Amino acid sequence: MTPHILTRSLDRAAATFILVVATLGVLIPLSNLLLPQGSALHVPTYLVALWGKYVCYAILALSIDLIWGYCGILSLGHGAFFALGGYAMGMYLMRQIGSRGVYGNPVLPDFMVFLNWSKLPWYWYGFDHFAFAALMVLLVPGLLAFCFGWLAFRSRVTGVYLSIITQAMTYALLLAFFRNDFGFGGNNGLTDFKDILGFNVQAEGTRCALFLLSCLALIIAFMMCRAVVSSKLGKVLIAVRDAESRTRFLGYRVESYKLFVFTLSACMAGVAGALYVPQVGIINPSEFAPGNSIEAVIWVAVGGRGTLVGAALGAVVVNYAKTFFTSGPLAPYWLFMLGALFILVTLLLPKGIVGTFNSWRENQRSTGIAADEASAAREDGVRAPKMAE
Amino acid sequence: MFANCLDRLRALLLSVLLLSCFALPALAGPFEDSVAKFANDEFSDTEAAIGEVASSGNPLASPIISALQDGRLSADPDSKKVFITKTDGSIIDAATGAAVDKLPDNAAAVRLNNRLRRTVEAALGGLTLLSPDPAKRLAAAQSVFKSHEESLLPTVDNALAKETVKSIKQAFAEARAAIILFKSDATDSDKLDAIAVVKSRGDQEALALLSDLGTDQPPLVAKAAASAISSIQSNLAMWSMVQNAWYGLSLGSVLLLAAIGLAITFGVMGVINMAHGEMVMLGAYTTFVVQEVIRARYPGLFDYSLLIAVPLAFVVAGAVGVVIERTIIRFLYGRPLETLLATWGLSLVLQQAVRTLFGPTNREVGNPSWMSGAFDLGQITITYNRLWILCFTLAVFAILLAMLRYTALGLEMRAVTQNRRMAASMGIATSRVDALTFGLGSGIAGIAGVALSQIDNVSPNLGQSYIIDSFMVVVFGGVGNLWGTLVGAFTLGIANKFLEPVAGAVLGKIAILVLIILFIQKRPRGLFALKGRAVEA
Repeated sequence: MTPHILTRSLDRAAATFILVVATLGVLIPLSNLLLPQGSALHVPTYLVALWGKYVCYAILALSIDLIWGYCGILSLGHGAFFALGGYAMGMYLMRQIGSRGVYGNPVLPDFMVFLNWSKLPWYWYGFDHFAFAALMVLLVPGLLAFCFGWLAFRSRVTGVYLSIITQAMTYALLLAFFRNDFGFGGNNGLTDFKDILGFNVQAEGTRCALFLLSCLALIIAFMMCRAVVSSKLGKVLIAVRDAESRTRFLGYRVESYKLFVFTLSACMAGVAGALYVPQVGIINPSEFAPGNSIEAVIWVAVGGRGTLVGAALGAVVVNYAKTFFTSGPLAPYWLFMLGALFILVTLLLPKGIVGTFNSWRENQRSTGIAADEASAAREDGVRAPKMAE
Repeated sequence: MFANCLDRLRALLLSVLLLSCFALPALAGPFEDSVAKFANDEFSDTEAAIGEVASSGNPLASPIISALQDGRLSADPDSKKVFITKTDGSIIDAATGAAVDKLPDNAAAVRLNNRLRRTVEAALGGLTLLSPDPAKRLAAAQSVFKSHEESLLPTVDNALAKETVKSIKQAFAEARAAIILFKSDATDSDKLDAIAVVKSRGDQEALALLSDLGTDQPPLVAKAAASAISSIQSNLAMWSMVQNAWYGLSLGSVLLLAAIGLAITFGVMGVINMAHGEMVMLGAYTTFVVQEVIRARYPGLFDYSLLIAVPLAFVVAGAVGVVIERTIIRFLYGRPLETLLATWGLSLVLQQAVRTLFGPTNREVGNPSWMSGAFDLGQITITYNRLWILCFTLAVFAILLAMLRYTALGLEMRAVTQNRRMAASMGIATSRVDALTFGLGSGIAGIAGVALSQIDNVSPNLGQSYIIDSFMVVVFGGVGNLWGTLVGAFTLGIANKFLEPVAGAVLGKIAILVLIILFIQKRPRGLFALKGRAVEA
């Protein structure tokens, strides 16, 4: 009976989540656009962009939760997919600058003129069309994840090994994108954007629209993840997470399941990056830094692995704390706090905020039934596959 | 530059003083005529005068030429007398060396043009060929080799005959060969001998010299030169391989040093310690503190600072490691992904702590005298610090292997990692062994920090730059196998250095990362996988 109650309670949480995101997605832009500057309820434009950033992070966190929380794949390179999506969008935005750049070249972005390039490299072709760029936002991270995952899962690279090579992957991309002759602006990255689809990127209206779009993308991503994890496919994924070999012995093609969910997750991360770039106004190679990817993992851990709502919540909470502390007098201590967060969450709160809350509620409902405890633990189970001894 | 000139000048004056003891007055006649040519104010006469003076062997030759170079040589066109204004302001007659009160009114500095300046430099080079300082003679011989100034041939012959030091004699012979090679009236057989000498030198400069030879040579000489060039080129290619291999070994030793502690904590214990790099950093900062104390209190001990720092770094990093194991990691055994996150957090805390204590900037860690400098081996230069680090790394590796193999603690460690429950049943305090093993791995990382402080910037980010490489080495070599780590580190180091000239430093590194990622697909358990019946859970 318990699983049933659990699903229903999660359903209610899911509905609440969607409702909250939708309300925020409508109210914040409305307040920014309609209320006068002086009003107590007016949300300034910079806050709209800031929250837009949080929402993008929440989508990234969802994508990590989907593979880590439900399939036990700890990717330490998800920042790479996020950044690739961002670069695809950034390339579109660069092409939109046209002749308004510093050097006024109608085709070449400023940094290429600066490097004395005479023509656009082939991989920049097509990025002047939004539809093509949007396709690339999904395709580039998806394809990389597919190839990477195909190689890794087929040869049964699991657990920590996978984490380390995903980290190496994002590190290699970091080094590559830092190079000027790689054709993506070197360490300055892509910035100085003007228009998106003909609208000024800096304008309040555009910012609000982007925020609304991000919220919409978060809701869609959330519903998609819900659909995946509550389907039969989701059950197999959980089985892979808890006992990979056993699932394989039962006749499931474990690699295919993992590959599907890994690629899906990379596409989601790419979309998050694409929405992130116009709101932040810059994309540079530091987005590939291994540290960023690990930080994204800790958002999920804080919020609660395998809960989806928790991942999004964790992303917003941790990033809000980061903004709050790094802008105040406590700035030098932020890294202490972030480090402590990593340690304390793994030691004391392994289920995260939402997971702990769920099991607490579970206990409230069925007091004294030991069996429930065990089954709840298994349901929420955050056990990762053990390393080979 | 200027100080250098002064130095040379001082040495010249010294040599003049020494030589003047044996000066032969009989040479005065033609020498005076030669010196008088400076007063003609014709570039061609000046050139002739330089050649004659330089080859005269007169003790005044070198002051005259260096005065000419510095614009201190003046000539009176009427009396045809030439004067040297010494650096201290006193004036002497260039032909006789007699002191003069003041310059005649119509005396003017002897003029030079660019071509003459080169002649002057070559002549000075020729004069230093006879310097009593062996280092100066060697440098002069090298410069003659490069300039192959024909007028210096007698001087070089003279110097060659007198020389007693073997290596300098060789250099003189090479310089002589270079001159003969370019001498228009030398016989073919002389030139062929010269080519043989230059060929046996076999370095980049010899190659440049032979390539300069031009095409208007007799066929026999041209053929010999061409074959010498190709032989030198293949010789150089071989040495550049050797050099790459040495750089690779050096990089490999650094990688091994950084990874060896990880091979214990990750390889033997299975603990993913993302704070491993920070243990290396702690070791480097321990070295910094030791050196600061020594500089402030016991400056005489500076050469021993590293010897003092090694045990201290081991203790500091090891103690931190034991504390980490007791307070964090022991609660996370069997949960590698959580361990990874917690230790990552720990690395952030340690970095920030060091940043707060020592500041975010790079700290100065000095090289003791026995670690600075370099020596030449064939065509490559080997720096002492790299060589010491290689030896040190191998020593640490050997000690670690011996420790695991022959000590009681090593035996217990192996027992616990192989079968924890059985080890516990045999009365081994497994949790104590865990703590000590982790401490050992961390302590070795600390020792690595001492060595790496000699070649890398000591900053709070020191460890970050090694962590991914270290994991790559351990994973590539095969987890749980120290020999695998050794082979992995040197393979990656050498592969990296051989890729670098082809692909550039960054692309080479990327290529290595990609290759490792592909390699792991092929052999998910590394080069030397532990054989056994254990499968993943």
